[in-house]
Amino acid sequence: MKVLTVCGLGQGTSLILKMNVEQALGDMGIRADVEHTDVSTASSMNADYIITSNELAESLQGHKAKIVIVNNYFDMDEINEAVKANIEAS
Amino acid sequence: MKFLEETIIQLNVEVNDAEEAIDAAGQLLLKNQLIQPSYIEAMKHAYKKNGPYFVLAPQIAIPHARPEDGVNEAAVSLVQLKEPISFGHAINDPVSLVFGLGAASSAEHLTLLRKLTTLLNDPQNIDQLLQATTIDEIQKTIGMER
Repeated sequence: MKVLTVCGLGQGTSLILKMNVEQALGDMGIRADVEHTDVSTASSMNADYIITSNELAESLQGHKAKIVIVNNYFDMDEINEAVKANIEAS
Repeated sequence: MKFLEETIIQLNVEVNDAEEAIDAAGQLLLKNQLIQPSYIEAMKHAYKKNGPYFVLAPQIAIPHARPEDGVNEAAVSLVQLKEPISFGHAINDPVSLVFGLGAASSAEHLTLLRKLTTLLNDPQNIDQLLQATTIDEIQKTIGMER
């Protein structure tokens, strides 16, 4: 399974999200390859899931990956819930 | 690598808008020779171009740009705003804590982000940073994650 965490530049916020998403996936025993990138690179990348903010989700509409929105990048409860509700172990 | 050291923290800062808030966090990095002036412009440009997505949690903004925009040393500064400021984020506005991230391409960048994430994953730490009135109080909160 391939998961992308996406931010505007692919430098800071997507990396923070990646750390917490990896933690959430790990806690749930889901094995996934999590990569962080910027929004324009993400558009042309293959992935099963894209996790990003509400603000950037709009520009990723039409992407084949399932888009998962996280609003608070530091709220592990929200991230755990988003992962649980949207990502199935494969 | 400089993570929220005394000289890159400023409390009770008055600004009029998001751009001034970004500038304040950037100026702390600049004054300590951690970035070039071009990096502040790049942070503001990123805000104009990509919007306020870097308001990562309620009250918390982490403006940054790319390493090649002029970073001398990986660093995180903190500006605590006197009055909360709107960044135009639909959910996480208004912002009271602005962490200026000098993004480097080194491994230190990852270490910094890990420290910052550990610090901010704990809501109690965020409360303490919001309430703090002295640098000492801030240092105490950060000290536990250092």
